[in-house]
Amino acid sequence: MGTAPVELERPDVESVTAPDTPWITLVWNDPVNLMSYVTYVFMTHFGYSKEKAEKLMSDVHHEGRAVVSSGSREEMERDVTAMHSYGLWATLQKDD
Amino acid sequence: MAVHGFRRSFTGRIYLRTDTAERSILTDLVGQLEEFVAPDDDWADADPLARMVGIDPDAERSDDPALARLFPDAYSDDEEASSEFRRFTERSLRDSKLAHAATVRATLVRSGDKLVLNEQEAQSWLGTLNDLRLTLGSRLGIEEDNHDDFLELPEDDPLFALFHVYDWLTFLQDTLVRALTSLDTQLLDSDLPE
Repeated sequence: MGTAPVELERPDVESVTAPDTPWITLVWNDPVNLMSYVTYVFMTHFGYSKEKAEKLMSDVHHEGRAVVSSGSREEMERDVTAMHSYGLWATLQKDD
Repeated sequence: MAVHGFRRSFTGRIYLRTDTAERSILTDLVGQLEEFVAPDDDWADADPLARMVGIDPDAERSDDPALARLFPDAYSDDEEASSEFRRFTERSLRDSKLAHAATVRATLVRSGDKLVLNEQEAQSWLGTLNDLRLTLGSRLGIEEDNHDDFLELPEDDPLFALFHVYDWLTFLQDTLVRALTSLDTQLLDSDLPE
């Protein structure tokens, strides 16, 4: 076996740190959850300002859903888990 | 039913004035919720390692719409991924709902007409009130624009009482959120703490 250094395929750093298709967390409208509560959850879990949280809540209510966060799949799974624990209806998917 | 909602006192405490009947209804509801979300269990026989890390190999989406709402799919477009996610997370989600419910029950047991909560207990109340409303809302068939239809139900309708409980829980949850977030309401608070 030779001692020459093995040429390792260099990972594409760009694709690791900035994936072309990030993941998103969606929160869906439902007829039970209170607007005040949904706003509170967005402020509490994501640390969003009251204005941003209210805007997202309003989007959920009027558009039927809103993207509340984006990032890696693992991060979005954590956000969805948190939303479910608050009783919000949330899903994650690739941001196509 | 109740005219009192949650408030935050001048000293920062979250409190609710209740009577015996209200506490009894709440205790019943919480007990029912606990039965509802408790897993029906072969958990004891499960692989000990899976159990230790909270994996439930048997977790699957419920046919019951209320349970499906409490434990929703995490992927709208990928059944396989949803099942996998559920096996890893549903057990701990159930446990956290049960823990909230147990906390709420304990605060009801220890309280007289003035129920005082610390911040952590208030979070449990928030979660449990929401779980109860999701469950009752699903049973009632609450939709975006049919709230007024329920208000017009005759008193002898089987859904009448259920809807009024739902409405009361809505009021409690909304006032609790406002007590937790708003500093304004306490300035209007004529109901001074002892």
